[in-house]
Amino acid sequence: MASRLAQPKTVGTYGRRLLVVGYLFLLVIWPVALVVQKTFEGGLDNLQTALSDPVVTDALQLTVVVALWAVAINTVFGVGISLLLVRYDFPGRGTLSALIDLPLSVSPVVVGLALLLAYGGTNGTFGPALEGAGLQIAFATPGIVMATAFVSLPLVIREVVPVLQEIGTEQEQAAKSLGAGPWQTFWRITLPSIKWALVYGIVLSLARALGEFGAVKIVSGNVAQQTQTATLVVEQKYQDFEQGSAYATSFLLALIAVAALVVVTILRPKDDTDGD
Amino acid sequence: MTVDAPLAPSGAVRRRRAGRSSTSLTRSSGLGLGIALAWFSLLVLIPLCLVVIQSIDGGWETFRQTLTNPQTAAALRLTVTQALIVTAINIVMGTLIAWVLVRDSFPGKRVLEVVIDIPFALPTIVAGLVLLSLYGPDSPLGVNVANTERSVFLALLFVTLPFVVRTVQPVLMELDRDVEEAAASLGASRFTTLRRIILPSLAPAITAGAALSFARGISEYGSLVLLSGNLPLKTEVASVRILTYIENGNEAAAASVATILLLVALAAIILLQLISTWVARRG
Repeated sequence: MASRLAQPKTVGTYGRRLLVVGYLFLLVIWPVALVVQKTFEGGLDNLQTALSDPVVTDALQLTVVVALWAVAINTVFGVGISLLLVRYDFPGRGTLSALIDLPLSVSPVVVGLALLLAYGGTNGTFGPALEGAGLQIAFATPGIVMATAFVSLPLVIREVVPVLQEIGTEQEQAAKSLGAGPWQTFWRITLPSIKWALVYGIVLSLARALGEFGAVKIVSGNVAQQTQTATLVVEQKYQDFEQGSAYATSFLLALIAVAALVVVTILRPKDDTDGD
Repeated sequence: MTVDAPLAPSGAVRRRRAGRSSTSLTRSSGLGLGIALAWFSLLVLIPLCLVVIQSIDGGWETFRQTLTNPQTAAALRLTVTQALIVTAINIVMGTLIAWVLVRDSFPGKRVLEVVIDIPFALPTIVAGLVLLSLYGPDSPLGVNVANTERSVFLALLFVTLPFVVRTVQPVLMELDRDVEEAAASLGASRFTTLRRIILPSLAPAITAGAALSFARGISEYGSLVLLSGNLPLKTEVASVRILTYIENGNEAAAASVATILLLVALAAIILLQLISTWVARRG
């Protein structure tokens, strides 16, 4: 850090700084600020209208329930698979670690199509059998949860794996030699050391889960007050010329996502993020 | 600073294997692996395989018909072209942003750190709305790109912003300044140092970021819904074509376009990998 600060500032330094700040201002800062401004144009009217509309509140409720399920599943799955990938040897480990990233490169629309082909009620491969057993996945909450879990799947793993590799196994082995069981070792040694990476991964998953649109649009059926999530309401309200409600709902979604991100950025100990 | 951020390549799994002490599976970890694999297969692998199977189910005929449909061909062309342009810009601007975030220091730099993550955290439909507020019909700048090809470009530029920045940033932090100073003291110009010392070490990270950015670009949907108007032959992208096919009940055609998107993403990743190897060797 010291040598970084001692670096002389040239015209180039200021030029680059100006270019970067200007670019980010035009692409992100100003547009986001405008949405906030439009939300509060008539005071709190837009927010009040939106929050007294059962279509919006039901959608927000569904979004929160779905996001919590998806994040819970991804957290358990993510920590488990990270431990397996880093701590154990098994055939196909490299392939698995490459495949884990796949959901980041697949279009949300393709995710929706894929889930529909597998779990659609009439044409899906498993859909009819599952529905016969009383479990409807497509066009119901389980399908929305699956679509959301799909798109946010790698986020916890990508945060936790590097930290697990960094901390090594010495402390865990020490705990084991002192007689700690596997659960005790996990709760008292492993979990505290991956805590911040895990929290950051969970926050990213949460942001992604709250905001999923394309995959959910296909899998949910988009029925107001039943399977319509908050992002689908934003689209509908905007197209129905209820811009105020669209902006207010967008603002609420953006607020949760960005607030979570800011809180973690501030809380996270600084030396923990430097990588060493 | 959030540098080991959302999108850093998870190639880390492979990188440090040598120094690791790993054990073979125990009974309980084997069970855990089994459950994890079953869930991963049911959620991701089997459904994606079904897309590929569906696309070749009717032989190559569906594929050919879908590809020669002028509307679909135009959508694919637009998607790939815009994603390529945006990725090229991200390679330059993303690296520059990462450079400023690591090497420069000024008040408000931490705010920029959060700003970089906003496009990733923001719901895509909201991203479209956000861009519409500055570059739409009521633009305070007087720039209205709504329903034009430029709206696709702008939306992709917004949603792919974090990828190159977040992959390059950690590598740049680790980079040894001594080597640059040594090069300078031996008489290398700043440009030579950049070309021979810095760029080769950053190349793999830039490549990884560019691949993610391109893959995200060709698959984007949500941010375009409100912004581009989805005009056939003009601003309609591949994802919208897939959705239209699904809504019309033509799942085979939808699967064909989806499979083509998957193949293009794969090809781009391989190509970028080759370029990166070439740059790293030449430096």
